[in-house]
Amino acid sequence: MSFHRIGITINGEYEQVDIPSNLTLLQMLRDKLSLTGTKNGCNAGECGACTVLLNGEPVNSCMVLAVECQGADIVTVEGLAKDGVLDPVQQAIIDHGGVQCGFCTPGILISSRALLDRNPEPTEDEIREALVGNLCRCTGYIRIVDAVKDAAARQPWSG
Amino acid sequence: MTINAHPELPEFDYIRPATLMEASRFLAQHPGESRPLLGGTDIFVRMRDGFWQDKYLVDVKNLDGTDEMHFDPATGLTVGAGVNMNRVIASPDVQVHYPLLADACRSVASYQLRTRATIVGNICNASPAGDTIGACLLLDGALKVHSLDGFREEPLNTLFLGPGKTTLQPGDIVTALKLPLPPAGSAGTYIKLGRNKWSDLSIVGVSAYGYPDATAASGYRFRIALASVAPIPLVATAVEKYLADHPISPEAFQQAGLLAEEACNPIDDVRGSARYRRAMVRRLTVRALLKVWDNINRR
Repeated sequence: MSFHRIGITINGEYEQVDIPSNLTLLQMLRDKLSLTGTKNGCNAGECGACTVLLNGEPVNSCMVLAVECQGADIVTVEGLAKDGVLDPVQQAIIDHGGVQCGFCTPGILISSRALLDRNPEPTEDEIREALVGNLCRCTGYIRIVDAVKDAAARQPWSG
Repeated sequence: MTINAHPELPEFDYIRPATLMEASRFLAQHPGESRPLLGGTDIFVRMRDGFWQDKYLVDVKNLDGTDEMHFDPATGLTVGAGVNMNRVIASPDVQVHYPLLADACRSVASYQLRTRATIVGNICNASPAGDTIGACLLLDGALKVHSLDGFREEPLNTLFLGPGKTTLQPGDIVTALKLPLPPAGSAGTYIKLGRNKWSDLSIVGVSAYGYPDATAASGYRFRIALASVAPIPLVATAVEKYLADHPISPEAFQQAGLLAEEACNPIDDVRGSARYRRAMVRRLTVRALLKVWDNINRR
């Protein structure tokens, strides 16, 4: 099997990583770079626990090869907070009790951040649609949706 | 016995050719052990489950304009093979001229999967359940294909041979989907019945499309494509003929539903029984036709 050296920016820091062809972005983040905030749930693109931003768009990192990310910009849950201040979505999830077991939370946070980046004032339906690919086995959806609504209102540019 | 619910990917070599010709040559030289890679949303699942054991994945999504989407008011829409479904959904041209295609894309899995998933990949995978295939068939889609002999166009309506099987040969690389400009006054809808409201594969999928046509006795053309109820994505041609020849009425749509049911050939599987699927084809075909009729008259 062939190996590749890729250059990739992760949470604002440039890294060079040597990887085999079959390593997923998820495996690279967790096993090579120790960024274990991103979770492995289904490994089939269904549960969303592994969601990260790839060039600003959310992807299931279990469904992307690391080698496909040459030159890409990745943001994981570890990269959401800036200068010790939580992202409004993170703060709202805490305030609304949107975390139960917490396994889905990193993916929920990334999907929600992506939603607010492309649609700063989503309706409840739009929030639910954006989170279709993020399963919460504790079924804590109502508080999660409430938190995203609240986060939208807390955006720095929100009135 | 240990069951690994989510195995990692088996070993393979990732190949990134510099040109389409290089990619076609590699794929032609390695038949049966290489595969073109676009979003990978089907390939990785099948490789993990052991169904596919390719030695080489050839990444064709950034080659020679395959990531471009272009609309021309005279000739129609070109969607590059590497264009992901979210880009298609967000395109104002698609929303205005091809809302059926946007509908079909929106029904696929989740937002983050659609960041990777492509329409061309959905077509080439040739699953009878492929959600976007019906829309592309009804919109008279064709594929732009690159091979060792250069470019050619393949109409979609003769592409599918069976589940996962198409007329494409080793060395063929689909570079784009082409859709002509839809007829004036057209409308379409995709109704997907899954085990849950969002994100699942279809038990039954019904794409419906219609437009005024003075050459038809009824004054209208309606077309129906069915997903998950035959070995290939199925166009119910009997429906089109019936509704072209008979005056449009709720009764005519009921009859069209029966014709669609007769046209399909479903199997029992984990998502639903053949009997249930047939019944749903009838009901959803009527529902889809009524919705299209309503949209045509609203224009």
